[in-house]
Amino acid sequence: MSGIPHDHYEPKTGLEKWLHRRLPAGAIIYDTLMIPTPKNLNWMWIWGIVLAFCLVLQIATGVVLAMHYTPHVDMAFASIEHIMRNVNGGHMIRYLHMNGASLFFFAVYLHIFRGLYYGSYKEPREVTWVIGMLIYLLMMGTAFMGYVLPWGQMSLHGTAVITSLFGAIPFVGESIQTWLLGGSAVGQPALNRFFSLHYLLPFVIAGLVVVHIWAFHSTGNNNPTGVEVRRGSKAEAEKDTLPFWPYFVIKDLFALSLILLIFFAVVGFMPNYLGHPDNYIEGNPLATPAHIVPEWYFLPFYAILRAFTADVWLVQLVSFVTGGIIDAKFFGVLAMFGAIAVMALAPWLDTSSVRSGRYRPMFKWWFALLVVDFIVLMWVGARDTEWPHDWISLIASAYWFAYFLVILPLLGVLEKPTAIPATIEDDFKEHYGKADADGATQPAE
Amino acid sequence: MIKQLTLSAALVLGLGSAAHAAGGAGHVEDINFSFEGPFGTFDQLQLQRGLQIYTDVCAACHGLKFVPIRTLSDPGGVGLPADQVRAYARDVLFVADEGANAHLYDFEEGAARGLLPTDNFPAVENAGAPDLSLMAKARAGFHGPAGTGLAQLFQGMGGAEYIYSLLTGYTGKTKEEAGTTLYENTAFPGGWISMAPPLEDGRVEFDPEHANDLHHLSEDISAFLMWTAEPKMMARQQAGFVAVLFLALLTVLLYLTNKKIWAPVKRAAKGQPAE
Repeated sequence: MSGIPHDHYEPKTGLEKWLHRRLPAGAIIYDTLMIPTPKNLNWMWIWGIVLAFCLVLQIATGVVLAMHYTPHVDMAFASIEHIMRNVNGGHMIRYLHMNGASLFFFAVYLHIFRGLYYGSYKEPREVTWVIGMLIYLLMMGTAFMGYVLPWGQMSLHGTAVITSLFGAIPFVGESIQTWLLGGSAVGQPALNRFFSLHYLLPFVIAGLVVVHIWAFHSTGNNNPTGVEVRRGSKAEAEKDTLPFWPYFVIKDLFALSLILLIFFAVVGFMPNYLGHPDNYIEGNPLATPAHIVPEWYFLPFYAILRAFTADVWLVQLVSFVTGGIIDAKFFGVLAMFGAIAVMALAPWLDTSSVRSGRYRPMFKWWFALLVVDFIVLMWVGARDTEWPHDWISLIASAYWFAYFLVILPLLGVLEKPTAIPATIEDDFKEHYGKADADGATQPAE
Repeated sequence: MIKQLTLSAALVLGLGSAAHAAGGAGHVEDINFSFEGPFGTFDQLQLQRGLQIYTDVCAACHGLKFVPIRTLSDPGGVGLPADQVRAYARDVLFVADEGANAHLYDFEEGAARGLLPTDNFPAVENAGAPDLSLMAKARAGFHGPAGTGLAQLFQGMGGAEYIYSLLTGYTGKTKEEAGTTLYENTAFPGGWISMAPPLEDGRVEFDPEHANDLHHLSEDISAFLMWTAEPKMMARQQAGFVAVLFLALLTVLLYLTNKKIWAPVKRAAKGQPAE
């Protein structure tokens, strides 16, 4: 599959030859499993396997939950309690599903920031990156709709707030909102269709994941140096790479096992820590919770949504220029989706000729600030909008956009990169080649 | 457009002021309950006392509509013998609220039918009081520091603590508002609650005798309501413990396998023979 020269599948037995002529399934499995992988991948390259596991976990637990769940406004909350109290193992399955969503997003954020630091989005991996962003968007939609299903107070009123975003679109917004909800407010039609879509979208995600893997198997993996694998000959390529099986499969499984250890400790001992107590109160349209907050993984973008209030001069300017078509609320919505869009455009906004942040002395600091910025946005997204939270969220949101729209394009021109190793083999030797390095318990980095 | 601007401003302001009001949450005591922490267990006798407090006091106004009566005999909980559960359903529980419990009525007889262990506790809606099935999970006692929730890692979510603090938090002051008597309470957000102090020293007598001052009664009912909210807690923690043990073993094995597999590759990087 990949452009890196390597051994291909050869059917040996009669049965294999028979099947191979008719359906080359063995070849696909062999080539996927034995794909040459840069031998210097570090521990930030394990999140892909964690994410694949999360998708399988969510689908497996979700299918069982759907067998016992009732998507009806009068029965949904009770059916969740039915799962928690009467279904064999139901409480465990539900807590795995609930916290599985958190693990999914935790892993996807680390996966995305890995890509941002090591320049995995850059040529020729733009398609992998954009498909990844699509997967992330679908994940957000799926998680959001899943959170509605228990029909607790936060489900109901959180949905009301988020779907009202569509109402902010000029002229057609209210019609779109009504069409999406199947009514003027969040009610039975909305719950029913969210259930249907929450079941459907994970399979769309699974399809895109296959394309995502196909794309980066075509270009080959990026690696911490950003230096491409040598492709002149098979012998040369083998100096830079190792087959995925067993070297990276075992490494990834070790990491996955360690992460699952922590995950099961959370599920077993503190399964409600990441949730909100209000969602254990049955949804009541007449009583609005005092403080509506989304799940933790939405907080950074929720903070960006709320940051641009009507008293920000930029919002006033845009509103004036567009004759009021883009008001503060719509501006906030555009900013929130824009924050993800600029991330998706990173391959074309980053002008640096160097791929990996490891060799970019200035970039490193701006990137570290972006990570801090993301955490600050997550923190402030759960706060009220009183001073100083309004200013913090505004500055943090501004930096998010500045990083992608100003800093990434400028750095490529202003920055002088440090020396890059000629080959992956050199990097690997540099790391492990020193006589008796005690830190050699780790496979790479 | 002006209308939209005003609306969005109101939305932003509304979110802000509502959050501000939530900031006025009351004081919650940290109690050392037996069920806290990864190895915490429910105290069966405490839950049985709590059940009695619920039946004698709370059930007059509060339902437990999500709790199946049969779960009173489940292990890792109240643990009543099956015959006592049947007797409890038949004799002790009365169906207070016809409207919310139509399924429990025998309309030919025109009266509530005898409850069975397979029924849930009746709902009570006519008093306007909230159902208590999930109350201990629907409240958080602790939020700090700075709203990060880190304290909850060590102190738990604090729902049971909140219930305890509410029951012991009455100051004795009352006020009239729109024809309703409100009672000052140090734990209730906003400081004034419409529930009259439900418990006092000696409110419930236990057989065999057990301390029944306000402090102990409040602890017992809080523990019972933690059980009604999370009846499978002990099974869950046990499953979590087994999973963590097995995963720890698997992690060690995979670590060693990984080290072994990569060893020749790393030796080769040092220029030493691969084997």
